[in-house]
Amino acid sequence: MELVPNQKLDIEEIMKDLEHYAPRRRGWTWRVKPEDGVKMHKFTFRDCSLPLKNSIGLPASKYFNHIDPQPGPVITTEIASGRFEDDIRRMRMAAWHGADHIMVIRFTGQSHIDGVLEGTPEGIGGVPITRKQLRASRKALDLIEDEVGRPINFHSYVSGVAGPEMAVMYSEEGINGAHQDPQYNVLYRNINMFRSFVDAGVAKHVMAHSQIFQIDGAHNANATAKEGWSVMPELMVQHGINCAFSIGCGMRKDLVGLSTVPPNSPPAPKLWFDLPYAVALRDFFSEFRFRAQQNTRYIEADIEEAIRTHTIDTLISALTKADIQSTITPDEGRNLPWHYNNIRGIQTAKQVLVALDGIKELVKIDRDGPLGEMVRDLKERSICMLEEMIELGGYFPSVEKGMFVDSGKYPERNSDGIARDPQGGVGVGTIVKRDADYMAPVCAHFGNNALPKGLNKPCDPIGGCTFCDHSKIAYIDEVDAEDNANKRLEKTKAFRSGGEIKPEVEWAGDGTVLLQMFLPESEDYARVAAEEIGKKMGLTDVEVVNTGMMHPSEGTFLEVKGKVPFSIPKSSLKIPVKEEMLPEAEIREVIKNKGIRVVAGTVGEDEHSVGLREILDIKHGGVEKYGIKYTYLGTSVPLEKLVDAAIETGAQAILMSTIISHNEIHRTNMRKMHELCIEKGIRDRVFIIGGGTQVTNDIAKSAGVDCGFGRGTKGIQVADAIVKLMKQKGMV
Amino acid sequence: MSDLRMDKYEKRRAQLGRMTDEQLKEKFWNLCEKLAEPLVDLSKTHTSPSIERSVLMRMGIDSFTAAGVVSKVHEAKLLGKGAGHCVLKVSQKFNIDIRNAATRITQEPDVLKSLFV
Repeated sequence: MELVPNQKLDIEEIMKDLEHYAPRRRGWTWRVKPEDGVKMHKFTFRDCSLPLKNSIGLPASKYFNHIDPQPGPVITTEIASGRFEDDIRRMRMAAWHGADHIMVIRFTGQSHIDGVLEGTPEGIGGVPITRKQLRASRKALDLIEDEVGRPINFHSYVSGVAGPEMAVMYSEEGINGAHQDPQYNVLYRNINMFRSFVDAGVAKHVMAHSQIFQIDGAHNANATAKEGWSVMPELMVQHGINCAFSIGCGMRKDLVGLSTVPPNSPPAPKLWFDLPYAVALRDFFSEFRFRAQQNTRYIEADIEEAIRTHTIDTLISALTKADIQSTITPDEGRNLPWHYNNIRGIQTAKQVLVALDGIKELVKIDRDGPLGEMVRDLKERSICMLEEMIELGGYFPSVEKGMFVDSGKYPERNSDGIARDPQGGVGVGTIVKRDADYMAPVCAHFGNNALPKGLNKPCDPIGGCTFCDHSKIAYIDEVDAEDNANKRLEKTKAFRSGGEIKPEVEWAGDGTVLLQMFLPESEDYARVAAEEIGKKMGLTDVEVVNTGMMHPSEGTFLEVKGKVPFSIPKSSLKIPVKEEMLPEAEIREVIKNKGIRVVAGTVGEDEHSVGLREILDIKHGGVEKYGIKYTYLGTSVPLEKLVDAAIETGAQAILMSTIISHNEIHRTNMRKMHELCIEKGIRDRVFIIGGGTQVTNDIAKSAGVDCGFGRGTKGIQVADAIVKLMKQKGMV
Repeated sequence: MSDLRMDKYEKRRAQLGRMTDEQLKEKFWNLCEKLAEPLVDLSKTHTSPSIERSVLMRMGIDSFTAAGVVSKVHEAKLLGKGAGHCVLKVSQKFNIDIRNAATRITQEPDVLKSLFV
C-alpha cells in the first residue's frame, strides 16, 4: 500500500490484517541537519533540517519559489479526538505541514485503569490506547512518513497504574516516544507514591531497551499552580528527580527529555520570567534534551491571543535550545482541538523557527546584566529545596508535607500545594517485595531477577520473549461488538468515500462550522443575539465559543459554532472547467505575427501595483516574456487615461487592475471601462481584461469586459486569453 | 513561613553564594542522585501487579489471561516469586507450553500450590 497525494487515505485498508503488522523500526528519530546548512531558493538556512519530499509550505511560500524549509527541532502536534480512525487523516495533514512527532493523549480515566485495554472503543477527552489502535495508527504513520519523506515519531503515555504494561506494548508496537514521570502519577493522578515509583523503574527500563524517547511531566506544575511562574525552582527539582531516577533505571541521557514551558504570559513582562528560567534549566540539564512546550495556562478562547503567546514561547526556544518544539493547538482553551487548529499550531512553530533561523549567530544572551542574577537565583533556590527535602527524609515525606505545586516561589509557601498520603491513593498496598528467588524470564526486566546461571538471554528459559520474536505477541482484535472502529467507520462511510460532503472539525460528518461576526451591541446582548442568528441560519447545537469586547457599548466580536444538519451530494456539484491553455509555442507565434501591444494600469483611487507588475514583467514570467509589448501607466489611473493610451499606442487590449472592491467598485470600474470604450468607438477593436483579488471571470464578464482574472494569475494565462479572444473574433 | 525554616534557608543560600556555577551544578546533581537512589532501590526490590502482567505479556500471554494469572498468583501470595516464574514452573511441571500454563493457572489455581517447596 502506498499513499498518493491526490487520493484520500483508505482507512478500511489500514484496518485490514493488523494481526500480522509489525513495526518497521524501534526508537526515536531526530531530523537530519546538514553541517553546512540547507540551501533553498536564494537562501542558506543555518539551523534547518532536510526538506520534505511532499509538504505544504507557509502561505507566503509562493513568493519564494514554493520552498518549505524545515526547522531543526522535531515538531510535535497532539491529536486525540476520541476516534483514532478519524485522527489518522489529521495526522497526514499535520505531517504535510511539518509535524514529525504525533502525540496521542489518552482518554480521561485511562491512567486509573489497572491493566491494558483492548479493541477500539471511542474515547472522551482523548483516545483509548490499545494495541489495535496503536498498530493501526503506526501502520498509517509508516505510509505517511513514506509520503512526506521523513520518519514520524509516534508518542503516547506510559503513566498511570499500568505503566509497565504500556511500556511493553509500546516497545512491541514501535512507539517512539512516551511521557513517563512517576511524580506526575503521584501529584496529578493521586496514584499511590510507592506503586508509582516501583512501576516506573520497570517502565523506564523497558523504554530504554527500545530507545523510546522519554518526556517528563514537570510542566504540569505550570498549568496547575495558581501562579505558574512562581513554581520555577520546584520545576527544576521535579526535572532533576525524574532525570536522576531515569538514569538509575538505565536510561540514556540523550533519550531523556525535559518537558518545559515558558511559564508566564502577557500582559506580564513574560521575558523577565521565562528567559532566566529557560537559561537556568539548560545550564543544569545540558546533557539532556529539551522538549519545549507552549503555554496553556493562560490561553483562553481567543485563538489569536494564543498564537501570539505561542510565538513568543517559540522565540524563547530559538534563543536558548529546543530539541523538540511542541505545539499547542490555539483552540485548546475552548474545545478539543479541531483539524485545522493542529495545522495552525504547527505553522506557528515552523514560521517562527524558520524566521529566526541562525538567531544565535546574530544575538547573544547577556549574562552580565540582570539575567545572570536571575538565573543564579533560580538555581540556588532549587538547590535549597533539594536540601530541605533531604532534611525532611527524602522524596516521599516531602510529597506528604505538600512541598510540591505550592504557588509560592520557593522558599515561600502558600500552603496550597498538593500533599499526598503515602498510605493512600490509587493502587495503595499493591506492591510486593521480591523474594530472593524472584524471577522474570524475559528481556529488559528491571531490578532483582534470580535467573538461572549460564543463559545467553534472560528469555532463554521460555524460548524467546516478544521483544526477541514479534510473532509471539498475543494480538486481540475487538472485545465489544458495538463500540469499535469498524462500526463507526460504517456510519461515516458516506462522508469519507460515499460522495456526501459535510463540514467536519473532529470526526467525519460531525457537521461543525464556525461563524465569525461583529455585533454592534454590548457583550450580553451580542451573545444572545449571536445564538439566535446561528439558529436562524439553520444551525443546530449553536454555541458562542468566544467573545471579544471591542468597546463596552459599541460592539462585540463573536465566534459561534454550530452544526449543519445536511450534507451536499458531490454528484450535484458543477465544478468550473479549468481553462485549457493553448500550447506556449502557438501563443508566442500569434503574438509575434500580430505584434500585440497592451496598455495597463491600476484604475481608480487604488495604489496596488504588485499583482499587475507580475502579470506584465518578464522577470516575473509576465506577458512580456511571450512577446507582448506593454505600456504601463502606474496606479490610481483614471479610466479615460487608459483608453486614450490604448488609442495612442494602437493597443489591442487594456489590462485594468482593480484591487479595491469596497462598495463593489471593482465591478463599477469594469462596467465604466466597457462603456467608455463604446463611447470612444474602440470597443470592437480593443479587448478589456480585468484583474484583481476579488475579480473572477464570471464577475468580469457580467460587468461587460471580455474576461477576468483573480489572485495568483500568471502572465501566460493573460497571453493565452488574448490569443483566444483574437481567435474567437477571427483575427487570427 | 516559620522563622526557623527561613533561617535555614538563609544559611543554605549564603553557602551557595560562595560557589561557582560549576560547583552549583555538581551540587544540584549530587542532591538529585541522593534523593533518587532509594527510589531506584525500591523499584529494584519490589514488584506490582502491572509489572507482573508486563512480564507475562513479554512471555506472549494475552492481556486478559495475564490479568487472570496475576490475580491468582497474588491470591496464592506468590507475587514475590514472580508471576512469570510461576507460569514457567507450571509449564515445566505439567510439560505444557507457556500459554497453556497461563490458562491452566486461571482455570485451576490449585496448580500454584507447592510450586516452590
